[in-house]
Amino acid sequence: MRNPFTVKRRLIIFGTLALILIVCSIFSSYLTPCDPYLQDLSNAKAMPSWAHPFGTDRYGRDMLSRVIIGSRTSIFSTLFLVSIITMIGSILGIIAGWCSGWIDTVLMRISDMFLAFPGLVFALAIAGVLGGGLHNAIFALAAISWPKYARIARSQTLAQKEMLYLRAARLSGSSTAKIIGKHIVPNIMGPILVTSMLDIGTMMMELAGLSFLGLGAKPPMAEWGSMMSDTRSLLTIVPWVTLAPGFAIFVSVMIFNLLGDTIRDYADPKNRRGGV
Amino acid sequence: MKYVGKRFLQLIPVLLGITFLSFAMMRIAGSDAITEMYADKGAVAQEIIDAKRAELGLDRPFMEQYVRWLGGLLTGDMGVSYVSGRNVFDTFVSKLPATLLLTLLSVIATILISIPLGVVAAVHHDRVVDYIIRFFSFIGNSLPNFFVGLLLMQLLAIKLGLLPVISSGTGLESAIMPTLTLAIAMSSKYMRQVRATVLEELNKEYVIGAKARGIRNHILLWKSVMKASMLTIITLLALSIGSLLGGTAIIESIFMWDGVGKLAVDAITMRDYPMIQAYVVWMAMIYVLVNLVTDLLYHLLDPRIRLGVNENA
Repeated sequence: MRNPFTVKRRLIIFGTLALILIVCSIFSSYLTPCDPYLQDLSNAKAMPSWAHPFGTDRYGRDMLSRVIIGSRTSIFSTLFLVSIITMIGSILGIIAGWCSGWIDTVLMRISDMFLAFPGLVFALAIAGVLGGGLHNAIFALAAISWPKYARIARSQTLAQKEMLYLRAARLSGSSTAKIIGKHIVPNIMGPILVTSMLDIGTMMMELAGLSFLGLGAKPPMAEWGSMMSDTRSLLTIVPWVTLAPGFAIFVSVMIFNLLGDTIRDYADPKNRRGGV
Repeated sequence: MKYVGKRFLQLIPVLLGITFLSFAMMRIAGSDAITEMYADKGAVAQEIIDAKRAELGLDRPFMEQYVRWLGGLLTGDMGVSYVSGRNVFDTFVSKLPATLLLTLLSVIATILISIPLGVVAAVHHDRVVDYIIRFFSFIGNSLPNFFVGLLLMQLLAIKLGLLPVISSGTGLESAIMPTLTLAIAMSSKYMRQVRATVLEELNKEYVIGAKARGIRNHILLWKSVMKASMLTIITLLALSIGSLLGGTAIIESIFMWDGVGKLAVDAITMRDYPMIQAYVVWMAMIYVLVNLVTDLLYHLLDPRIRLGVNENA
C-alpha cells in the first residue's frame, strides 16, 4: 500500500479519538462553560459570540454547553444500544446454531420476519406506540437490529461446530456450557464485534433521527437530535444554533465510522473464516 | 415459472408475520386508545367506555380480532382515524402517490449519481479520483439525513434563495430538496457497493484474458464487466429501498412534503393508532413487493438461473 496510514497507525489514531470523545462525554458536566439548562431570555437567539461560541437557543441557553452535555445522552445511549443488540443477537444466534432443530427454525423465522420489515419504519411505529422517550427509542431500535447479529452468530456457531477441535472437545466429555463459553464464544466474537463497531455510527444517526422526530429524548434533556428539532424554527435567524448539534453528530459518527472501518481492516486478513 | 410460484408461496408466512406483528403491537397499545379518546372529555361513565370498546371490537378474543382485522385489510377497510374520523385506508391511499414520487425520484437521482461515480472509482482504484470519490462517500455516510436536509435548506433556500423553504404541494420544484437529501444519503452507501462490485468483477481472470487479447478497455468495461455487475448492483439498490422508505418519514416532515411519511409522523404524535397501523402494514408490504420484484428480475436477468429453471420445467 502506498498509503502512509497503515492499519495499525489508523487504529491508534481513531481509537484515541473515540476514547477522547467517550471520556469527554463522561466528564461533560465539568467541561461546560455555562449551565446548559440555565435560561436567560434577555439573551435569547443570540448569534455566536465569544461568550457563547455556538450562540444561544430561544430560551437563551448556551448552545456550546448544551452540545457538550448532549454528548453524554447521544453517545452513551448509542453505546448502550449497540451492546444490547450485540448481546441479545449473539445469545439467540448461538442458541439457534447450537441447538439446531425446531428452536433454530423458530428463531430464524422470527428473525426473517423482522428482516422483512423496512427497519426504520418499524422502529418509528414501535417508538410511536410506546409513546416516545429515550428508553422506548432504544427499545425500538434494538427490536429491529438484533436479527443481523443473530444471523452472524448462528452461521459462525455452525461453522465452529463442524471443526475438528470442537468434536474432540465433545468426545472428551466437556460440558455444553464449557464448550460454548470457552470455545465457541471466544472464536466467534471477532466478526460480531467488527459488525457492532461498524454499527455504532448508523445507530447513533438513527437514534438521533428518532429524537429529531420527537420520539427519543425529550426536551429539556439535551440530546443532539432533539436539540436540532427544538431549534429548527431558528434556522432562518441563527442558523448555527440549529446546525451545531448536527455537526456534533456528524463528527462523532465519523470518528466511530473511521474506527469501525479500521477495525474491520485490521481483523480482515487474519479472520477469513467465512463471514455472514 | 415454477420458481415464481414457489416465491409467491414463500410470501404467505412473511405477510402473515408482518400483519400479525403490526396488529399485535397496535392492540397492546390500543387498550389505552379508548382512555386516550376520552382523556380530554373529563369523567366518562364506564358504560360509555364499554360501549365504545364493543363498537371497536376490542372486547373480543385476540385472535378473533386479528382475523377480522385481516379480513378488513384485504377489503381495504382499516377502520377510521381516531383523530379526524376519516377512513384510514382512503386517507393513506390519497397520500401514497406523493411518497412514491419522492421515492422514485430519489432512486433515479441515486442511480445517476452513484453508478457513474462508483464505476469511475473502481476503474481508477487507488488513484486520486478514487480517493476523492471515497472521501465524499465517507462524509455522506456520516451525515444524518435530517442534518443534510437542514443544511440544504439553509444553503439553497435561505442563503441563495433558489428554492422555496417549505414545499407547497407536490410540484417538481418543491421535490428538489427532499429528493436531493434522500439521494445524498443513499448514494454515499450505494457508491461504495457499486465500486466494490465492479472492482471485484475487474479482478476476475476473464478480464485479464480479454485484455491480453487486446479488447479495448471501454468495450470490455461496458459489454462484459458492467453486464456481469448489473445483477448485484440491482439487488443492492432494491435492498437499500428499505432504508429509503424509513428515511422519507423524517424528510417529509422536515420539508412538509404531503406524503404518507408525514402522515405517519403526525399520526404518531396524535396517537392515531389505526393510521400508524396502516402505515406500518402497507410500507412493509411495499418493501416485500419490491424485494419480490427484484428477486424475479434477478432470475430473469441471470441466464444461468433462467435456463436452469427452463430445463426443469
